[in-house]
Amino acid sequence: MLILTCPCCGIAADETELSPGGQAHITRAGPGADDAAFEGYLFLRTNPRGVHFERWRHSMGCGKWFHVARCTVTLEVFATYTAQTAAPPRQVVDEIIARRPDWQWESN
Amino acid sequence: MSDPVTPLKGARYDGFCQITEIGPRGMIALRGDLVALAGTLRAVAGLDMPCQRQVTAAGGNACAWMSPDEVLLMLPRPEVEGALAQLAAALQNLHHLAADVSDARALLRITGPLAREVLAKLTPADVSPAGLPVGELRRTRLAQVPAALRVIAEGEVEVICFRSVAQYVFDLLSMAARPGGEVTLFRA
Repeated sequence: MLILTCPCCGIAADETELSPGGQAHITRAGPGADDAAFEGYLFLRTNPRGVHFERWRHSMGCGKWFHVARCTVTLEVFATYTAQTAAPPRQVVDEIIARRPDWQWESN
Repeated sequence: MSDPVTPLKGARYDGFCQITEIGPRGMIALRGDLVALAGTLRAVAGLDMPCQRQVTAAGGNACAWMSPDEVLLMLPRPEVEGALAQLAAALQNLHHLAADVSDARALLRITGPLAREVLAKLTPADVSPAGLPVGELRRTRLAQVPAALRVIAEGEVEVICFRSVAQYVFDLLSMAARPGGEVTLFRA
């Protein structure tokens, strides 16, 4: 069971109070993108073994969206942070690197 | 205007805790920049803007923090119309939403020393005295539906849920409060 702390209301909510929103920080292709790039934006998702960024909504609580950085292997949660950002904030990236020295941020 | 009718018409269940439907109560959902709304809230309802998850109360009115841009203003039912008019007048230059949600919500009260236990059977939230202190409003779920829990005092809990699921929530709470189902983990 995942327990994520909502950055909007400060509640440590378990996953049954939340709704998953899939992979985070996806860059929209276009306008004018070719079909392959747009297909990638719409359908192609990473499935990493390790650090993963996700969107979650605190649907049975304050109703706000937020971002989560977590490990898909250990279910360790590195950080939860605001939804109003296109890339993980510096301190989140530093926190992950401190615990996973081999990892580095790649936008997609 | 017609008299307000509560969804369960004041239903009551007596188990190891009492489950009672309360209300009607006036409720106004107020959304916008909470810092900018604070002065108006004080002028209209005589209440301070609550901090995160807190409830402020004074003279029969109460204001509960719902999310970073929403509070629930609770006041006697006959005063809703006047308060909405005052809010509209005071906030005409500020982007906001003030909506009467009195008929969209149901209110239930759980009374008894094991009131926290009734909740603990139905919600994933930490309802221990440390996890849900007296006076805080915790939005969570009860079984399959969203609800807001507020411990008014030890042994007295108020539940706010949507009107459409009032019977479901009442049945859930009644089932959880059936005599013989005491776990006595949280005794007030």
